[in-house]
Amino acid sequence: MTARIGVVTFPGSLDDRDAARAVRIAGAEAVPLWHDDPNLHGVDAVVLPGGFSYGDYLRCGAIARFAPVMETIAAGARDGLPVLGICNGFQILCEAHLLPGALTRNQHLHFRNRDQWLRVESAGTAWTNAFQPGQEILVPVKNGEGRYVADQRTLDELEATGRVVVRYVYGNPNGSQRDIAGITNEAGNVVGLMPHPEHAVEALTGPSLDGLGFFTSILKHLLGAPA
Amino acid sequence: MPRVVVDVMLKPEILDPQGQAVANALPRLGVTDVSSVRIGRRIEIEFSGQPDLDRAREIADKLLANPVIEDYTVRLADAEESTP
Repeated sequence: MTARIGVVTFPGSLDDRDAARAVRIAGAEAVPLWHDDPNLHGVDAVVLPGGFSYGDYLRCGAIARFAPVMETIAAGARDGLPVLGICNGFQILCEAHLLPGALTRNQHLHFRNRDQWLRVESAGTAWTNAFQPGQEILVPVKNGEGRYVADQRTLDELEATGRVVVRYVYGNPNGSQRDIAGITNEAGNVVGLMPHPEHAVEALTGPSLDGLGFFTSILKHLLGAPA
Repeated sequence: MPRVVVDVMLKPEILDPQGQAVANALPRLGVTDVSSVRIGRRIEIEFSGQPDLDRAREIADKLLANPVIEDYTVRLADAEESTP
């Protein structure tokens, strides 16, 4: 059985094609999902891709949160459906309160676009089990509003419960608190990160193949590997 | 018909780099006595019938503001503000 991974397209999504390509390279079937269609078409997991859904109007992800497809995804996520939010997808997950905290304007106000080293802090999620804890990976980062913020209590809880999934190393591109690049929910099925693993899956276009691990992880997870 | 005005501001503890950038530009205007600038958003809502402040608060809480990082106030516009 081939795993079916849904990739949502919102008006203004940019990286849905690359995300679908990464899914296929990992060996799964990429299923296009449409923002206006609440039907998930029987997918086993969902990727919310990067981009500028609804033009980033109001706040990044604020309007996408209320898209018909998100109602179904939010309900599924609470029941264990694996969901990966990349960049704008991470912003949407925070706006939907599926992940705590928020993404705000980069501290230095510049759009930052570069290859970025990350350390995988938690290999216990549905989307990171193919990595070794502490493994350093190189993937592109590209955002203007990627500064992760949360109140101190939330940050302490994320740290104490191993829910910081990836952290910026060798430089913090946006001023994120505690160098946080990605987090997970309590169950470990919902992961959001600002950097773009889907852009690091092929030697021709990526700085490494490190990003592929996120997509092979979900296949392992769906095959019943212990998270 | 009176409008409802929603003002959204970043919470005081949240860094406002836009406000800082504006504050840092003020000396170029010769302004040296401003210690802080913070930038928010004003939203005006017109209901098709009577303005409904409770409904406006719900809209503000669910969509217009992100209560994780922002505070908001909801009020009826003053008479002169409501002139279209």
